[in-house]
Amino acid sequence: MTAIAPPSERLWWKHPLDRVEGLWLAIAFVWCMVMFFMMVYWHMYGAQNLSTETYKTTPELFTTKTQAMVDQYTVRTELDGAYPVVAPPPGSDVYMIARLWNFWPILQLEKDQTYRLHLTSMDYNHGFSLQPANINIQIVPGYEHVVTVTPNQSGTYSVVCNEYCGIGHHTMVGRIYVK
Amino acid sequence: MSIATTYRTCPRSGLQFESQAEKLMLANAVAAVVFLLIGGILAIGVVLTRWPSIHWLEADTFYKVLTAHGIDMLIFWIIFFEIAVLYFCSSTLLRCRIATPKIAWAAFALMVVGAVMNNVAVYQGGSSVMMTSYVPMMAAPSFYLGLILFAVGALVACFVFLGTLVVAKAEKTYQGSVPLVTFGAITATIIAVFTIVSGAIILVPTYLLSIGVIDAVDPLVYRTIWWAFGHSSQQINVSAHISIWYAVAAIVFGARPMSERVSRGAFLLYILFLQLASAHHLLADPGVSTEWKVVNTSYFMYFAVLASMIHGLTVPGAIEVAQRQKGYNKGLFEWLRKAPWGNPSFSGVFIAIVGFGFLGGISGVMMGTEQLNLIIHNTIYVPGHFHATVVIGTTLSFMALTYFLIPVLFKRETIAPKLAQWQPYLFGLSMYGFCLVMMGAGTLGVSRRHWDMAFQGAALAYEWPGAAYMMMGLVGVFGIAAIAGGAIYIYVTVGSLLWGKKLDGGTVSDRTTPVPPTAPAAAVQTYGSSRMVAPGSFVLALIFLAAFVLYYFINWKYLSQLWGLS
Ligand code: HEM
Ligand SMILES: [Cu+2]
Repeated sequence: MTAIAPPSERLWWKHPLDRVEGLWLAIAFVWCMVMFFMMVYWHMYGAQNLSTETYKTTPELFTTKTQAMVDQYTVRTELDGAYPVVAPPPGSDVYMIARLWNFWPILQLEKDQTYRLHLTSMDYNHGFSLQPANINIQIVPGYEHVVTVTPNQSGTYSVVCNEYCGIGHHTMVGRIYVK
Repeated sequence: MSIATTYRTCPRSGLQFESQAEKLMLANAVAAVVFLLIGGILAIGVVLTRWPSIHWLEADTFYKVLTAHGIDMLIFWIIFFEIAVLYFCSSTLLRCRIATPKIAWAAFALMVVGAVMNNVAVYQGGSSVMMTSYVPMMAAPSFYLGLILFAVGALVACFVFLGTLVVAKAEKTYQGSVPLVTFGAITATIIAVFTIVSGAIILVPTYLLSIGVIDAVDPLVYRTIWWAFGHSSQQINVSAHISIWYAVAAIVFGARPMSERVSRGAFLLYILFLQLASAHHLLADPGVSTEWKVVNTSYFMYFAVLASMIHGLTVPGAIEVAQRQKGYNKGLFEWLRKAPWGNPSFSGVFIAIVGFGFLGGISGVMMGTEQLNLIIHNTIYVPGHFHATVVIGTTLSFMALTYFLIPVLFKRETIAPKLAQWQPYLFGLSMYGFCLVMMGAGTLGVSRRHWDMAFQGAALAYEWPGAAYMMMGLVGVFGIAAIAGGAIYIYVTVGSLLWGKKLDGGTVSDRTTPVPPTAPAAAVQTYGSSRMVAPGSFVLALIFLAAFVLYYFINWKYLSQLWGLS
């Protein structure tokens, strides 16, 4: 009779619902549908949708492409030459390497311009956590993820690695300038 | 067929325990509590390191301790306890002998060996890979082998449970359908079988990789299949602790389900849809299509959400109906005010229901929304969310059930009953605070699994806002309070088992007394009448919905201010 005993009526599945239950079921169902269509709606009208454009890649291939960008568009270096600051033209393909334990190079982008940002990892999983904007994307080795980004505020942004990647994980921070 | 075993009828609860099943429940429950103890000690290290002004452990120790904390708690504590619950829901509730007790013991032995092997691997170092152990970062072979042995043991135990259901049916120890609580346990078991198979599909190749038999496991394939295992294992927990909610409502209040059809239907939705929702761990991943993400994380998942929303009404609803029948009928909430707040089985379950719904449920749906996931993925918001589900929801419900089991299964008087009375409040409410400040820090972007938010030694360090530091400090304060609450639980449970006054076990017989057929009771339902049977629960549910809607849309507003992404 109680929940720990067999139901008293053999045909329990024929029981009509109580009002409270029926009403709540209807309300909850409508809410679930609202949440579902909200995601679809945002794909049509929202400005923040994560691209799914992905290619298989290798560390060598990706390094070559990144190096080409660095050779062409470096405007200055920071930290005694360790980090080139690269400013590719709006609309172009920009590359960022994640590896133990840094993001390379430093990118310099223009506000309200769109770029195709390519991300991959040279070794383990890493996380692309753009701060203080707070945009978080997973970086998986072997996969080149192309994300179209449009910075909407100028300033200095940090890229914090937020996927555990070993003992130096906490030193893995990169940078993006937006002018 | 007669099998040499005995059945004890507990004089305090009227429940009947078969002697083999009873020993197995006890062994599994004790093993569970041992791992809770280890995991709790490790939590001290985790929390005192993430408290920025203390920052206690060195980086390598911290990652080792965090790996072990996650695995000991989420896997070993919870699954050992669940196996005990499965045996209770089959052998005890259906009053039958347990099928194949020898095999059940072998399963237990495998689980113990696996758990110990995995722990040893982690403490030896070289296996600080976190419980997710994403390839290509590798742990020692014994790390994976330990997990695999444990999983095989758990799988065998699931089949012993299913076999016991067959025994009950064949030996006619009950009539009609199984009780709702057993039905919930069956749900958990079906999901468990799916889960463990997924785990095997990915952990076996990874083990082979670690010993050099194969040379690569694709990192994205690993993540996808690992989460088919990691996500569905959480649904085992949900099914198990919701079954316990119904059980405690029945035990404490004599409550019966408002309608069997709705509650069972909701469990069925879990089986149908929950395991498809592993997508919500991959929303920020490359290479996964939008359609796949949206359909898996939402369409199917929202039916699972629907099911949880149903239980969220029907469990308090069942209690409310029972209380109103006892005459606590004034106003909307007399039934709740006059509930036995000093009984830790009830208070624990109630705190679990509210915290699981408001903190765990709402945050889980928010972060499982395809686009919204971008603002919290891999931040400390994520552990904030799952400590609300798996600690406030599952762990606290298990604790609440333990207080009932001490006299009934352990046959001991509870030592320190006053302390036991306060324990759910201390543990549950400090966990509420803990989860809230973790979610707060996560909303500001603070990373999970991160040794140093000050980025010591980083060439291009980032400076978190002061509010983030403050919240991480509060994580420390609430965390320590929660650990104290956990310590009281362990003291009361282990202490009662060791030193509690022995209680009369009740009459022992060599044959089972079948479950008596239940006389049809007057229906609770007020079919079609305008009166509602549980108006108070309905109002609580509406408050929940209002909080849900508000928080959901606040996060869309937050998202809309970010950089454009397409
Ligand atoms: C009793 C008090 C507890 C405290 C103070 C506590 C504290 C913490 C903290 C601060 C973290 C996050 C660390 C980080 O990501 O940097 C964490 C992670 C975790 N906790 Fe707890 N915890 C407690 C109990 C539990 C329980 C009972 C469970 C499971 C039933 C649990 C399961 C986990 C898991 C699975 C992780 C994730 C580990 C990972 O990221 O791999 N915790 N805990
Ligand atoms: Cu990293």
